[in-house]
Amino acid sequence: MKSFDPRVNRIKPIEEKTEMNIGEAWEPYEVFHQKKRGDHHIHVGSVHAPNAAQALLFAKEQYGRRQNCVNMWVVRTADVTQFQYDDADIFETAIDKEYREAYGFKVRDKINAYKKQQTESK
Amino acid sequence: MYGNGYISPEETAKQKPDPLAGEDLQQLALFEERIARGEKIEPQDWMPKEYRRQLIRMIEQHAHSEVIGALPEGTWITRAPSMKRKLALIAKVQDEIGHAHLLYNAAETLGKSREAMINDLLSGKSKYSNVFNYPATTWADVTVIGFLIDGAAIVNQVINAKGSYGPYCRALERICYEESFHLKQGHDALVHLAVGTKEQRAMLQDALNRWYRPIIHFFGPSDKASVHGTLLMKWKVKMASNDDMRNQFLDQYVPKIRELGLDFPDPKLNKNAEGVWEFSDPNWDEFFATINGNGPCNAERLAVRRWAEEHGRWVRKALINPSQKQVLPLS
Repeated sequence: MKSFDPRVNRIKPIEEKTEMNIGEAWEPYEVFHQKKRGDHHIHVGSVHAPNAAQALLFAKEQYGRRQNCVNMWVVRTADVTQFQYDDADIFETAIDKEYREAYGFKVRDKINAYKKQQTESK
Repeated sequence: MYGNGYISPEETAKQKPDPLAGEDLQQLALFEERIARGEKIEPQDWMPKEYRRQLIRMIEQHAHSEVIGALPEGTWITRAPSMKRKLALIAKVQDEIGHAHLLYNAAETLGKSREAMINDLLSGKSKYSNVFNYPATTWADVTVIGFLIDGAAIVNQVINAKGSYGPYCRALERICYEESFHLKQGHDALVHLAVGTKEQRAMLQDALNRWYRPIIHFFGPSDKASVHGTLLMKWKVKMASNDDMRNQFLDQYVPKIRELGLDFPDPKLNKNAEGVWEFSDPNWDEFFATINGNGPCNAERLAVRRWAEEHGRWVRKALINPSQKQVLPLS
């Protein structure tokens, strides 16, 4: 093998089989990125790291090298608890959820009717 | 940057006559309805085995292409012709490795470990984009890679970002955003040579001559007739045929080379009356020979990768946390 790159010519090729053992790529951490003070931290992806401090360092390189960033969180993926997508129907508690929303409560018609009634009875 | 979800002849041979054999038909119907509605599939969802297998193959191949793709350009960091070009090239190469990370992650959500993927790259079992088996012998090659190979990759990635698998789409969105810088810096460096001295123009034309065929090969052989493709299109694993993507690329980029008074070395390269680009036979035998290990740089690329893995091992091992858990990334 003769490369155009002298650095490649200087390396001693590995003759035997090269393999990564399971665990050598460490474990995943989930990364949350805060763009500016006052914003929520938003999930942007994950990194592989051997510990939380190293995960922060990788997160900075991977997700903080370009856009604005004032803070980051990393959370061990193994520690995240989540619902299953198959159970998504649990979020469909009622067909009509007006009673949970601001638009579900309208008083202006009642007030106007009351005022009209008051005026008429005078 | 990336090549297409190339399906090798061995892969096609491995393909079972009925890729849906043994699947739960009720689940399959729900899965297909979800995709037809334009909803994304998430890692915890039920999916057909063939969907999982094809996605792992495709995303893994994409990730390997990012890692290997950084090598021909990385060679030029120490030889970049100015500080500005050097800074841009360092940033670009770092992005490519970052993209590999995002993609390995997306593939891992489907259940294949990162270690297994790296091992398949090192053993030569997994493929990566064919263009990276060619050498970047002059600085003009770096500008052609930055503009045209990244341009081709963006065509491919923008299309695939509309696919059905959530983690892959998310990774591609971020990748496309970063690659807009790659394209711009590549175009800037290429135009700089094109409007420069006679020698610079000659160097650039020479690079265009050498890269023309690999660029035509980039999207892979025509796959319009493939039965294999139809299922993948229905599942939104593959979003456009190789020919359609190649045509879109030529439509966008040939004029950008011709406006500089330069051209590709193919007298037949022209758009016909139907708006379809025609070109000379690009010698697909060369493409197959290269992808199967016999290109000019295959051995070198893998040798460098093996060397890096072997020499980085002591660091990875020294840091291993004995209580670490083998889990899949979330998304």
